[in-house]
Amino acid sequence: MKEIVVISGKGGTGKTSLTASFAVLAGGETVVADCDVDAADMHLLLEPDFSSREEFFSGEVAVIDPDICTNCGICRQVCRFDAISVSERSHIVAPLSCEGCGYCARVCPVQAISNNSEQVGELYVSSIKTDTKMVHAALKIGADNSGKLVARVKNEAKSVAEELGKAMVLVDGSPGIGCPVVSSLSGASFVVLVTEPTVSGLHDLKRVYQLVKKFKIPAGCVVNKADLNPQILQEIETLLQDEQIHYLAKIPYNEEFTAAMTNGKTVVEWDQNLRQTVSETWQQVLKILESETKE
Amino acid sequence: MKIAIASGKGGTGKTTLSTNLAVYLSESARVALGDLDVEEPNSGLYVQGEEIERHDKFKYVPRWNPAQCDLCGTCQLVCNFNAVLKLGQQIMVFPELCHGCYACSELCPTGSLPMIPQKMGELTVFRRGPLDFVESQLNIGEEQAVPLIKQTLKQMNGSFGDREYLIYDSPPGTSCPVIEVTKEADLVILVTEPTPFGLHDLKLAVETMRELGVEFGVVINRHGLGDDRVERYCAEQSIDIITTIPNHRKIAELYSRGELLYPSIPEVKNALEKIRLYILERRKESRS
Repeated sequence: MKEIVVISGKGGTGKTSLTASFAVLAGGETVVADCDVDAADMHLLLEPDFSSREEFFSGEVAVIDPDICTNCGICRQVCRFDAISVSERSHIVAPLSCEGCGYCARVCPVQAISNNSEQVGELYVSSIKTDTKMVHAALKIGADNSGKLVARVKNEAKSVAEELGKAMVLVDGSPGIGCPVVSSLSGASFVVLVTEPTVSGLHDLKRVYQLVKKFKIPAGCVVNKADLNPQILQEIETLLQDEQIHYLAKIPYNEEFTAAMTNGKTVVEWDQNLRQTVSETWQQVLKILESETKE
Repeated sequence: MKIAIASGKGGTGKTTLSTNLAVYLSESARVALGDLDVEEPNSGLYVQGEEIERHDKFKYVPRWNPAQCDLCGTCQLVCNFNAVLKLGQQIMVFPELCHGCYACSELCPTGSLPMIPQKMGELTVFRRGPLDFVESQLNIGEEQAVPLIKQTLKQMNGSFGDREYLIYDSPPGTSCPVIEVTKEADLVILVTEPTPFGLHDLKLAVETMRELGVEFGVVINRHGLGDDRVERYCAEQSIDIITTIPNHRKIAELYSRGELLYPSIPEVKNALEKIRLYILERRKESRS
């Protein structure tokens, strides 16, 4: 099973527009996974039918029973997350601050604290307009398990692909360098980095690539809005060369990206020129993938 | 007054607004800016200042000391994150999974798991005239941003609590890192763009703010691009649109070079002034 993960470090570089376009180009060849669970937008372009849904549960959150609590305060002393405060009647837990470590419940002398598993999101397996399946999710507000949900989405996508006999999973990855993106990257066969020639785009690319390097995953890069800043474009190109990152494409600043999105379309369905560029990019990804796996 | 600049979607202009607003406000008030997007901090690329101090930031994780350990297994039992495992005659600790709750360490009957500091990132304080600027950067490979965000907020509130404005450049999304920053704010400014992705993620951000019960208003960036669906949504929901920032290739180019926008783009300066007046209005309301 080949797994292509698209990430960007910085937001707003066109990652999701590009991933959805790859999905359209790959059509029935691939199962699609939206692992940007905090800001899952790919469904706006791929028309999923939400045909199957499943609840996703978090780790635990402490709950104090006010009828049993004696207000002794031991729970508050041991909590390292400032999640417990005193009310008139009993101690209370702020669920958004609780890490679910369960320490308070273990030391409560009267067993007033229980740990409840909370529903923090929903997982969907949908049929989409490209005649394949997409696995996606919606995370509840303030939930702290996006890393786990990302892992769930990816594993589900892999098993759906196996069931349907597809050889590939295409993943829209998460932003940043923390827990969700680590989950997005684990097990990837190839990473597509989407960036833009801005000081922040370059800065974030460098950081996220250091993470990719730790995983020893081969990578390619698409520079979007490539004509914004020639000097930084050059710096990016030097970085790609030094780090032996495949230079997949440069796409000039083009407001058709937004126009396509506004009309609920991917750029390859919307604009002939962009279709050409993005198709060539996708073909290159497939070619690299083939040669990397042969070695 | 604590003002957090946030957005559901990444790349809508949080850092642009945070840096321009902080510098603009510092023309007439004492301001501190904090970059709390510790995974990918960018504010420092736009606000250069003189470095005042730099510290390593630590989290505390257990380390096994076998001398007294009788392998009772309590540590493994009490860890909810599978960060401590008893394997044969050994206790294994996985620091990247540790949430730093201290349960294993403090509940260990033989004191065999002392908590040891481990560097998770760096905090730097800069000064740029009347503006103080704090930036934290998470080490690559470190998975949890929240502990560093908490320490950075603490430092800001401690060192700069007396400033007229504290501006927080928040992480993107709606999960725990952004909650950590916005829950303490007196006002949250949600930056969005007039596109379907912008609207979808704005709705999530609005739900988050409502759940937290914090005051918020919206700034529409790249106005003129896309369509009017964000404006219609805000009108239906009675959400204040504080101001708009126009879509302009020149803005994108200035941004690409790491330059502030308002000194050369009058529309941006006007927008910042509108935000300043809005903040004053909200402050007056909350006092009365």
